[in-house]
Amino acid sequence: MTDVAISPTKSIYNPDARTRRRNAAEMRFRLYGLSAVVVGLVALVILLWSILASGLGSFSQAFITIDVPLTASVLDKSGTRDVEELKKVSTVGYGNVLRVALMEQLARDKVDTADVSEKEIFDLLSKEAPATLRNMVLADPSLVGQTIKFKTYANGRVDGYFKGRVTLESAKLDSNITPGQLLLAERMQDAGILTSGFNWDFFFGPDASDLRPEAAGLGIAFIGSAYMMLIVLVLAVPIGVAASIYLEEFAPKNKFTDLIEVNISNLAAVPSIVFGILGLAVFINFMGMPQSASLVGGLVLTLMTLPTIIIATRAALRAVPPSIRDAALGVGASKMQSIFHHVLPLAAPGILTGTIIGLAQALGETAPLLLIGMVSFVRSFPGAPPEGFLDPAAALPVQVYNWTQRGDPAFVERASGAIIVLLIFLVVMNLVAIVLRRRFERRW
Amino acid sequence: MNVSVNLENDVDLAQHKIVAKNVQVYYGEKHAIKDVNINIQPCSVTAFIGPSGCGKSTFLRTLNRMNDTIDICRVEGNISIDGENIYDPRVDPVQLRAKVGMVFQKPNPFPKSIYENVAYGPRIHGLTRTKAELDEVVSASLQKAGLWNEVKDRLDEGGTGLSGGQQQRLCIARAIAVSPEVILMDEPCSALDPIATAKVEELIDELRSNYTIVIVTHSMQQAARVSQRTAFFHLGNLVEEGATQDIFTNPQDKRTQDYITGRFG
Repeated sequence: MTDVAISPTKSIYNPDARTRRRNAAEMRFRLYGLSAVVVGLVALVILLWSILASGLGSFSQAFITIDVPLTASVLDKSGTRDVEELKKVSTVGYGNVLRVALMEQLARDKVDTADVSEKEIFDLLSKEAPATLRNMVLADPSLVGQTIKFKTYANGRVDGYFKGRVTLESAKLDSNITPGQLLLAERMQDAGILTSGFNWDFFFGPDASDLRPEAAGLGIAFIGSAYMMLIVLVLAVPIGVAASIYLEEFAPKNKFTDLIEVNISNLAAVPSIVFGILGLAVFINFMGMPQSASLVGGLVLTLMTLPTIIIATRAALRAVPPSIRDAALGVGASKMQSIFHHVLPLAAPGILTGTIIGLAQALGETAPLLLIGMVSFVRSFPGAPPEGFLDPAAALPVQVYNWTQRGDPAFVERASGAIIVLLIFLVVMNLVAIVLRRRFERRW
Repeated sequence: MNVSVNLENDVDLAQHKIVAKNVQVYYGEKHAIKDVNINIQPCSVTAFIGPSGCGKSTFLRTLNRMNDTIDICRVEGNISIDGENIYDPRVDPVQLRAKVGMVFQKPNPFPKSIYENVAYGPRIHGLTRTKAELDEVVSASLQKAGLWNEVKDRLDEGGTGLSGGQQQRLCIARAIAVSPEVILMDEPCSALDPIATAKVEELIDELRSNYTIVIVTHSMQQAARVSQRTAFFHLGNLVEEGATQDIFTNPQDKRTQDYITGRFG
């Protein structure tokens, strides 16, 4: 053995220029990717932050609680407690009852009302309050003659003051509220008459008119969206899956099926408003279905969701390895048995994912619903299905659109709150899709 | 065989499980199998050998009409099993495939339990009436496939969790479970290591006493080891067919000789 070390002609310790360039290019590429992800995340954070910041306020609400004596001589002159008799007293009458009760409450609690007129004090209550009280009495006539603890919304401006939306400066310029009223509201809060609390009515109450943002709720939009999702689920999934199975597994491959395939892909790209026009023309004008009904909305959204479901299902069916079909056919299974026993269960995660993505898309869809009249102002809850499908209803995204159109800034807060609710639904649906996919994926 | 000599057709039917006459297979315009005539004997192993793309797998798949699933594939000629033409319009391919089972190149157990893999065939064909009978069929099939001792304690575990060789034997058990008369094997050992291959070959040799087996293989050693008869395919033609020993020691055709001596392939 000699001690002579063999020296390399080219050391691998020192990367050559070409290698260095290659590594630098790779590093740059990684940085591009990373920065793209960062930009995306930042945009998401800004979006969520702005929505949460302006929308979370809608979940809480300023309430005014007062003792209201429901004097029988005022509300029920006949003394029969008959509902038809009680209906003769209008909301104006109940307004007077409330005004008197509020003044007495303030006097009892020794709240200083010196520089505020009685009308201004009464305006601190929501314009919704007399109607609410009247409905309470009509629903339970035995209340007449008693003194009840009545909790109602404070006016939207007062509510905005406690959330920081309205300030004493802005109140000076506002014809709807004066700084004096706001200061009185603060004194009422100190006296415990005005409290803030979680606002369940935002989720379960009906929409309210332009002057009563504090009373507006998502309840009808909730029900309308739920009904439509139900219709989409019941119609789009079976039709979509059946169509996909036929096209993918049974249909002959010829010009005609090629044409169908191209058209399905095209339909998936058709702007959703076109489906709205179709729904208006076919379901409402031609078939005479009622406007604003969740049935029509559901049918339009079904048409819109079908291509998504069909494309996802076909992709899922195609992804099942042919060896599984061979195996089933090889032991003498019929084509249908091989599909239903083996191919479909293996494709189920993909089908489910496609379905839920389609449903989520349908849930957030606004444009087609505008055209079939679901943007109208609905105050009465739709009935239980199936008749309820024909009743007028709203939808969550349309409610958002609707509220952003209104003048009062309180509605912007409501719209952001509704967006939060909608986002929560979408996130939950996507989570369900992920969980289902994990669960159903090949178990071994 | 106690058959009179002058009725040659009858002799054919009695001695040959499968008789193929003038079989042509086309894939669209491509003529994949050219005029193949072959008789396959019952309770024996027949090996199809030949270079890649020579049509041996295609021909194998015509024997249980698996080619029906390919739209552009067209089969002409006559293939009969036990004297019945399997391309007769009256034949339901589903019923045919219960009689002619198949094992594929890549082990393809269903992503279900070992038990379900074997029980699937008997269940869809209504071969058993009670759970006990089905259990019996499953265990008998697994025993015949030489897998019983390895899996008897974990029948409810996934079939895809087994090793490659075990999976292939599970596929054989699955094929056996519907009590076929013919088993077609399309390169059953090409995805297996030598030890698993040896086990499968041993199994094929045991199964020979009850089933007619046709095996496609790339390995000439395997053909020599397991088969009684060998058929050599080349470019869609059946070049030569005969007793395995004769084909390997005394091939009649130059192409066969070139192939088995490794000059092409």
